Amino acid sequence: MLSVNGNFPEYAVPGAKQVRFEPYADNGGSIVAIAGDDYAVIGADTRLSTGFSIYTREQKKLFKLSEKTVLGATGCWCDTLTLTRLLSARMQMYEHEHNKSMSTPAVAQMLSTMLYYKRFFPYYVSNVLAGLDADGKGCVYSYDPIGHCERSNYRAGGSAGAQLQPLLDNQIGLKNMQNVTEAPLPREKALALLKDVFISAAERDIYTGDCIYILIITASGIQEEKFELRKD
Amino acid sequence: MFRNQYDSDVTVWSPQGRLHQVEYAMEAVKLGSATVGLKNKQFAVLIALKRAVSELSAYQKKIIPIDEHIGISISGLTADARMLSRFMRTECLNHQYAHDAPMPVGRLIGLVGNKMQICTQRYDKRPLGVGLLVAGYDDQGPHIYQTCPSANFFDCRAMAIGARSQSARTYLEKHLATFMDCDLQDLVAHGLRALRDTLPNEVDLNTKNVSIAIVGPKTPLRIADEEELVRFLALVEGEERRGGSATATGDAAPSDRDRDAPGDEPQVAVSTHFIFLIW
Amino acid sequence: MAFMGDMMNPAPFWQNGPAPGAFYNFPGNSSGFGPTTHPVQEFKAHSATPITTTTTVIGVKFDKGCVVAADTLGSYGTLARFRDCPRITKVNDLILLGNGGDYADYQYLKDIIEQKIIDEQCIGDGLLLKPRSMHCWLTRVLYNKRSKMDPLWSNYVVAGMQDGEPFLGAVDKLGTAYEDAAIATGLGAYMATPLIREALSVGTLDEEGAKALVRKCMEVLFYRDARAFQRYQLGVVTAAGVRIEDLAELKHDWSLAHMIHMK
Repeated sequence: MLSVNGNFPEYAVPGAKQVRFEPYADNGGSIVAIAGDDYAVIGADTRLSTGFSIYTREQKKLFKLSEKTVLGATGCWCDTLTLTRLLSARMQMYEHEHNKSMSTPAVAQMLSTMLYYKRFFPYYVSNVLAGLDADGKGCVYSYDPIGHCERSNYRAGGSAGAQLQPLLDNQIGLKNMQNVTEAPLPREKALALLKDVFISAAERDIYTGDCIYILIITASGIQEEKFELRKD
Repeated sequence: MFRNQYDSDVTVWSPQGRLHQVEYAMEAVKLGSATVGLKNKQFAVLIALKRAVSELSAYQKKIIPIDEHIGISISGLTADARMLSRFMRTECLNHQYAHDAPMPVGRLIGLVGNKMQICTQRYDKRPLGVGLLVAGYDDQGPHIYQTCPSANFFDCRAMAIGARSQSARTYLEKHLATFMDCDLQDLVAHGLRALRDTLPNEVDLNTKNVSIAIVGPKTPLRIADEEELVRFLALVEGEERRGGSATATGDAAPSDRDRDAPGDEPQVAVSTHFIFLIW
Repeated sequence: MAFMGDMMNPAPFWQNGPAPGAFYNFPGNSSGFGPTTHPVQEFKAHSATPITTTTTVIGVKFDKGCVVAADTLGSYGTLARFRDCPRITKVNDLILLGNGGDYADYQYLKDIIEQKIIDEQCIGDGLLLKPRSMHCWLTRVLYNKRSKMDPLWSNYVVAGMQDGEPFLGAVDKLGTAYEDAAIATGLGAYMATPLIREALSVGTLDEEGAKALVRKCMEVLFYRDARAFQRYQLGVVTAAGVRIEDLAELKHDWSLAHMIHMK
């Protein structure tokens, strides 16, 4: 498509521009989830920001969808709010229809469908879903904004996702290491690792900080833990 | 009730000012098995008698959860109740979605009443053939509401509907004063006794034919499982059955037909205010 | 008609060259054919820019309630156009609502909210809309409008009493919603929030402390924000109800700017 401004830069007058309404915002935030044999942990920071200003320092970004499933969602906060409200309504509909709560893999698939339904005006959200599957094994699902879904054992998402994932690859996936033996990851180690990576994220990413909430999902229920990060 | 020339459809008035089709629909409620609803200061309880269509079939579900804080028990056409419960669930979900708060029970009943009224005023529709007892808990405390096919609804302290429910209502009326201050156990026991009064002598309540739902503060709607049912039934087990049930044996109808105003459910045990849609 | 090519947007005469008619299509000079001179707007743009705007609205939570304040100036671009634009309202006995942004959009939504409250009163069951519900409802409304690419260009601050506890939440034009003890929109986000957060970090405020803090913020904003004004409204919501005080007038003192001679 030809545009005058593109072809005749001298006519592109500064000051004569029209501001267009931008329906998306980047409100930052990071999530990390790690799955073990009989547990899953998921943590998200509590900073909600826009550009250089912080809306609030205490915004929880983890959503309990059932006794076995937790969703972490960051990105465009208004989309997150809408998506999670819709999700919880859908969870309740499922429960009424089937007389049981939805399993984590089922939630994972539904989330993918719901995201793709908005393929051409997506929810600009980075989702990480953690929980226990039907066998009681920990699982983590991660998504792109338009519904690509992948199951894994550990995942970092959100504004510091790209910085944290290689660290997890190395520490949990034991990538690029020699003479290592794979062993199941104990819950305490997963928890410690999760806190460590968030400390690193808070150092480098201005959209991550203040505090993290961690949910630990086991067969006996969901525990909550809070951990302070740097607040500048 | 007999056929007459003024019942050809729901929009035809009789010279006495009655809508016969609506009154016939009211009769459908009495075909379902009995169900009792009652409340104290904190909890609202539904107790329903389930029937099996035949030896081969399972017991028909009588209590339907609507939301975390609302449940209904039904009497009459189950299929109509399913339609209504679906509507109520949707309304609750929409309210929760838009207001981040549970639907107030009275508001939901108002919507149900409006919906049910439409089909009592149009020739191409039929009134719903189901009565509901709605138990719910909200900011104003526990509620028991009754709805009728006539689209009337009542805010009740205790109520029973369904086949031979007059015996249960008699029991409830008699003990109405004690409900408010009794604890949950006693409340359920009262409900079970009221329900038992609707049974013929040779039948008794058991874990198969009773279903109990409880809702209250910090108590999301819970339909009692077998274990809990056993505990509740033990509360009234071995008690002497009241005489009321003797008259109810045999012909199922008499105790339900002894009323002069078939348009609405009787106004016994109905609490302070009535709400009519057409006044 | 595919063989005729795109009549409305013909290909250029040569690589990167002008298209037929393009020479006459300078910006602002519309002729029937040729490449469109304006960036294509696929969406309706009713309210793609605000017209009459208001600036900061501040909300602060204290131990037993919340304070909300906003000045009364409606700006028309840089012109200080309307001087009596109140934008703090009592919704019901539990909710105090403040707004900043396009004033027409605010008036439009205020009418809807008022009708919503009247409808609720007509039900007559004694239930009152609670601040969290109001906050969530506003989020839904603003989000739905933004999703139609027809936003209501406003920031809202919802203050109130939720089951006996103070509630303070904000919603912006996208439907971004959050709760916090310190909220300031617009330029106030940069200049008032640090002041409020600092005060809150010392300890929780009482009503008088919160009011004094908000008045200080309004003064700072008046000196620095070119769209701010000296007259402002201040509302308080506590368990006792909602109270909007009479318009306050800042006593400005420019003696610190001794190079400027005021008459």
